Amino acid sequence: MTAAAAPSAATPSAAAPAVTRRRLDRDDVLMRIGICLLIAWLAFTLALPLWALLSKSFQNQDGEFVGLANYIQYFSTPALSVSIWNSLYVSLLSTAIVLPLAFVYAYALTRSCMRWKGLFQALALIPILAPSLLPAISLIYLFGNQGFLKDLLLGGTIYGALGIVISQVFYCFPHALIILVAALSMADARLYEAADALGASKRRIFFTVTLPGAKYGVIGAGFVVFTLVITDFGIAKVIGGRFNVLATDIYKQVVGQQNFEMGAVVGLILLIPAVMAFAADRIVQRRQVALLSARAVPLEPKPDPRRDWALFAFCAVVGGIIFGILAMSGWASLITRWPYNLALTLNNYVFGNFDTHGWDAYWNSVVMAAWSAVLGTAIVFLGAYLLEKSRGFAAARALAQLLAMLPLAVPGLVLGLAYIFFFNAPWNPLGFLYATLAILVINSITHFYTVSHLTATTALKQMDPEFEAVSASLKVSLFRTLARVTVPVCLPAILDVSIYLFVNAMTTVSAVIFLYSPDTKLASISIINMDESGFTAVAAAFAMTIVMTSAAVKIAHVLLTRRLERLTQAWRRR
Amino acid sequence: MTAASAGAAAPYLRIERLNKLFGSFAALKDISLEIAQGEFVCFLGPSGCGKTTLLRAIAGLDVQTSGRIFQGGKEISALPASQRDFGIVFQSYALFPNLTVAANVGYGLVSRGLRRVEIATRVGDLLRLVGLPEEGRKYPAQLSGGQQQRVALARALALSPGLLLLDEPLSALDARVRAHLRVEIRRLHQRIGVTTIMVTHDQEEALTMADRIVVMNQGVIEQVGTPTEIYRKPASAFVADFVGTTNFLPAVVAGPGHVRFGGINLACELDLHFGPGHDVTLAIRPEDVVVRNIGPATPNTFNARVAEVEFLGSFCRVGLAVDGGEPALLADFSINAVRDLAIAEGKVMPVALPPDRLRVFPRAPQTP
Repeated sequence: MTAAAAPSAATPSAAAPAVTRRRLDRDDVLMRIGICLLIAWLAFTLALPLWALLSKSFQNQDGEFVGLANYIQYFSTPALSVSIWNSLYVSLLSTAIVLPLAFVYAYALTRSCMRWKGLFQALALIPILAPSLLPAISLIYLFGNQGFLKDLLLGGTIYGALGIVISQVFYCFPHALIILVAALSMADARLYEAADALGASKRRIFFTVTLPGAKYGVIGAGFVVFTLVITDFGIAKVIGGRFNVLATDIYKQVVGQQNFEMGAVVGLILLIPAVMAFAADRIVQRRQVALLSARAVPLEPKPDPRRDWALFAFCAVVGGIIFGILAMSGWASLITRWPYNLALTLNNYVFGNFDTHGWDAYWNSVVMAAWSAVLGTAIVFLGAYLLEKSRGFAAARALAQLLAMLPLAVPGLVLGLAYIFFFNAPWNPLGFLYATLAILVINSITHFYTVSHLTATTALKQMDPEFEAVSASLKVSLFRTLARVTVPVCLPAILDVSIYLFVNAMTTVSAVIFLYSPDTKLASISIINMDESGFTAVAAAFAMTIVMTSAAVKIAHVLLTRRLERLTQAWRRR
Repeated sequence: MTAASAGAAAPYLRIERLNKLFGSFAALKDISLEIAQGEFVCFLGPSGCGKTTLLRAIAGLDVQTSGRIFQGGKEISALPASQRDFGIVFQSYALFPNLTVAANVGYGLVSRGLRRVEIATRVGDLLRLVGLPEEGRKYPAQLSGGQQQRVALARALALSPGLLLLDEPLSALDARVRAHLRVEIRRLHQRIGVTTIMVTHDQEEALTMADRIVVMNQGVIEQVGTPTEIYRKPASAFVADFVGTTNFLPAVVAGPGHVRFGGINLACELDLHFGPGHDVTLAIRPEDVVVRNIGPATPNTFNARVAEVEFLGSFCRVGLAVDGGEPALLADFSINAVRDLAIAEGKVMPVALPPDRLRVFPRAPQTP
């Protein structure tokens, strides 16, 4: 052994040279501390609660480990396991209906010269501003036991799969539309000119150029809609009747029967399709290559009266139905006593008459949404900045990145349930957060983390990657560059994130249904409570206050963004 | 000559046995290099050759896997970029879009705690230096590409760095602006004398601007030398091929100072380690092929047939066939010569390859 070591000692040049490790400067240290804090935040708000949920599903009511006993009980109770098929059924059916509708609508918005595109676009996006419960309430007024269009159902009932699917189509339509509009706007005119020049028919061009180009958009929209439907709680709660789905089962187990362990089992079962859709979408989207090169020529649709008017008619019908469903809730909220006294009144908005807390729930919602927007945007943007711009520390960054993507796969109801198990556990020193507004804010930020994170990351990726190198060469702290350059340049994206968080926190039901206390009740929860108590008009009124608040904030956002664009026009011009 | 002057004084920048690994891929292999104070050095090579990696290692932006770097007598091998002394200009300019030109140039001065008046004076001086005295209040997007690049240059010089690093600074500009800025950067360098390293893949840029050129390929330095040395005496077939146009002719060593190319015996300067029968590649530039004043005493003369003539304005590029085969040799003849000697397709005439212009390289698989 000594002999073998001798030659290498004699020729030191052959030995591997010492590895150079870059010394860290102050910015590096601060960024690494920041990343650790981000991981800690995501661990406490996401990973540990999910772990608590997972372990709960393997315990009995006394907290003893019982292996798969709860699962065995679940699958041997047909009344419970039938919900799996019910959930899959309504989710697949809703997806199959939404996709073609949204595709044609998006096609009309992007590829035609139809009139009133702006109006149709705005109209189709309204459902995003409303809680998912709103279409269900409208449908009850239209087709429910006392609905004025009840006869159209020919003796059928709206309570059940039918009502769920129609409501879901309304609720999911804009989500699919946004993705498909984005997919269809990315088109290279040169491909169409080439196809034209080769004498391809319009039909053939559609199937060989348009559809393949939008393929990933369609697939992505499909997964989004499927996940939205299968994880949504509010619609099935209001209009599902005796048609049980997974989401309502969790609620019944936990709130109705106080069977937390079985709730955890159903929650994990609900997690499976959501995670699978998420994973499948990731795999599919990874195969997508950029269709638009820098030299692509944007496609300008040419007028074609027959097509344009046909699409106009289609959009008018779809947009009309959307508006009708929305207007139904608005009208219902103003009616004295349906269907006996149709006189208009504002009495349903005097919430104090129906709930001792009156308008408190509404203000709780506004305060909660505002905090989520402000705090959430700060955490998300700083987090995305740290992950995007720090150097080295690869393992920690990869872990944080993974944690940031996870919330997209976790249904709100599951996250809420996980929070009960984690924050309400007797051993948890964070237990003081339980039943406060703070836990609702934390829950909302976490629930909507991924999309916000991706928006911020995209904006940061569009920045010149050398800004940080230039700052270092000029001996300027990265955090100064963050404040002076990165944040101002990313301001539109930052506003987008904050509005997204506000509107979602305002409308969400599923994530917070387990977490509110009498003092922190939210407007969206009040819709459910009022509907349960038979005050459907008041529920509609609550829904309308949410829609109007979201709409007002959204309009303010649009105006602010426009003003910002004008102010910064000088340096945004190309 | 430059190497001698670099050796006389202690070099300003010394790079010792630098290696950089990306996973298992070696981007830099055992690079050593010395750069003298005030020199203008170009790293030249095809994309992926490691030139930008080397520049970023010198800046501390992507630190080497192993090896040492000294700047101004101080070891900087492991220092983060923020603690090194350099100014940098990127191909993308990396100007802060939301700050005015003046704020961009003064960006590093503000954190130095200078008074506002001092900053304004310094920014004014810098903008005058790069020829943009009036543009301080505009935003980068309102300037042309060339102007933006000058602002980036002024910003890089603001803190009077000891070392100026230019990463493909002219690649994003169109040809006319590029030629103009080439001269301007060169003049600026002569005026302020800052040690400058420029990365480029454009041989013309390197030849016109650099005091010395470092030609790199696949993570190693192929040759270091003045532009004339690089062009006239390429150290390898790669350099001969990458810089300028070169004919490569397969040949076999015939004896001391002689090789055989086809049936032709050629005299040349031959390294001792090529024994007879050794496969070699001859390299000669098209403009070094002689067609005038060929006498019986002219060495390396043989008859060639003009196979094709390409008119290129001030000269013609002629494809010459030897031994009646395919055109094997490109030669650049002045329009004068073409006219005087009535060079046209099909003509058979004597040409000469001057022995001092012939370079001999070992036959490597990648050379044609």
